[in-house]
Amino acid sequence: MDSVDTIVPSKKLAIGWFSFTCSEDSTILLTELLNDHWDEWKKVIEFRHLRSLKTQNSLKDLDVAFIEGAVSSEKQADEVREIRNNSKYVVAVGSCACTGLPSSSRNDFLSEEMNEKMKFYMNHFNYSDKVKKLADVIKVDDMVEGCPMNVEVFLTVVDKYLDIFKIK
Amino acid sequence: MHDGNITIDSISKIEGTAGLEVTVKDGEVKDLKFIIKDYRRFYTEAVKGKPFMASPSFLSRICGTCSVAHLFASLEAIEKSQGIELTDQTNLLRRLAYDGLMIRDHALHLYFFVLPDVLGIDSILDIPDDHDDLGHTLLHDSFDIKRLGADITDVIIGAAIHAPIPTIGGFLKPPDPSKFPELVDRLEALRPQVLRGIKVFYENEDELIRNEDYMCLRNDESFEFIEGEVINSTGKRVPEEQFHDFLKLVVVPYSQSEGYVFSDVHEDYLVGSLARVNFNKDLLHPRTLKDAKTFLDVFPSNNVYHNNLAQAIEILHCVDDAIDILSEIEIKPEKPAQAERKAGVGVGVVEAPRGILYHMAKIDDKGMIEDYDVIVPTSQNQICIEKDLKRYFSENLSKKSEAELKYDAEKIIRAYDPCMSCATNFLTIEWIRS
Repeated sequence: MDSVDTIVPSKKLAIGWFSFTCSEDSTILLTELLNDHWDEWKKVIEFRHLRSLKTQNSLKDLDVAFIEGAVSSEKQADEVREIRNNSKYVVAVGSCACTGLPSSSRNDFLSEEMNEKMKFYMNHFNYSDKVKKLADVIKVDDMVEGCPMNVEVFLTVVDKYLDIFKIK
Repeated sequence: MHDGNITIDSISKIEGTAGLEVTVKDGEVKDLKFIIKDYRRFYTEAVKGKPFMASPSFLSRICGTCSVAHLFASLEAIEKSQGIELTDQTNLLRRLAYDGLMIRDHALHLYFFVLPDVLGIDSILDIPDDHDDLGHTLLHDSFDIKRLGADITDVIIGAAIHAPIPTIGGFLKPPDPSKFPELVDRLEALRPQVLRGIKVFYENEDELIRNEDYMCLRNDESFEFIEGEVINSTGKRVPEEQFHDFLKLVVVPYSQSEGYVFSDVHEDYLVGSLARVNFNKDLLHPRTLKDAKTFLDVFPSNNVYHNNLAQAIEILHCVDDAIDILSEIEIKPEKPAQAERKAGVGVGVVEAPRGILYHMAKIDDKGMIEDYDVIVPTSQNQICIEKDLKRYFSENLSKKSEAELKYDAEKIIRAYDPCMSCATNFLTIEWIRS
């Protein structure tokens, strides 16, 4: 008979992790959390979409999507909506996703402060007029604030969804 | 022979968002575009008109993984603009924190991004839970290495990401020296694991030979990431404050980032670990030189994949350097150095994990930021990445299958360790063949 430690649940929590406009500090923090949570999470979590760690990714039927970063363009907004449509729950991770800042600093620039170089990039690459926080674009079920994300809150949110999906 | 348009939507395991478009016509590579796609946040504009005291912490938010590099470069720029002199203790503690940054950052790149290529698997997530498997051993080595690098920065500057303790002129509070002996013990215990990783990257046989132009900081006294003069492959030396004049900015219309070439010859150059070890291997820590001697014999090298080996060796150097500092330093209570506020211009040039990082701050007489500029390593490497990839595709188009070409392109880009935001996530390749 297997010990409790080696029992692997029949279903794992299918999560996706996505980054938009930000320093991607919460992604880095996630990779640091793997130092201590690898063995535990491998048993209960399927990283179905995690481009920082794998090439073969899928958006299909995610239980929880964790999204960091603010939304800088309509193209990014479409990508965020696609993630929402494929996920049962969406969690905003980090300050830029939760509040827009600091990535939305340009929203406060006065028009006379917008130099030609900035206008070139914004026009050439189809930036939106304003940088948006995630909840301005899609429904958000939970938030993990912080710059980078607050680790204790993140771990609590992970446990919450493991409970919701009756995985441990 | 390949014909038609081929698109790869996402390559993973790099830092940031970028794309690659390869145009093939009549069996030849006609064009290749390496496209940095991260949206700009205009932080150097956002700090204008703001008090200089707040800028380093804000600008550390440019990058998650090398935020300490941006923090220290910004501190240096502002301190120089104000004529602030640092104490020996501050310089030594910053060097120690930087060792922690390099250990953690290089290990993330080498073990989480590159190691799957070496093992022939997609992801570290595919490494079997088998204690006899080399991948399993290396993965758990990486946890220990990354954790210890982060712990060093935690103890010295309060965090590995967006550290709160460093400030203009020094530190808001000194570190707790009672934590040093345990760190030293763990660093000593880590050395065999680091050497195991070095051997793995040394034995990796991938090869892509590039040109011989490199640039990095050199301090003739020690292998240095923070202080030194910029040198290039001809031996030309440029003081930090003149570094900007040494470059010619190149607008890359399809990329969200500018590129740079040498101002005099307009040639591309590479910055990063390969440049540092090529130019400065004689200055590595004596223990590193002794224990990594066999692996160091390949340098100087023009093989792009040896950037990975150089990073692995730099981890060992930083381990050895950190052991020395933690063993010898006696922490005294110090307040941050201050100077009378004045108008001025300062330049901070440091070696970020991926290469030369430049911050310039222009301050007005009220202590407000009047102008600010940042040049990151990946912007500097952008043009040489493009040229080297074009050479690779031209030489291998008729020799390799499409799948092999795509896979190798991903590996090559990962070897450069680009940092697009400067940070992580995915790269989009679009092939245009006609």
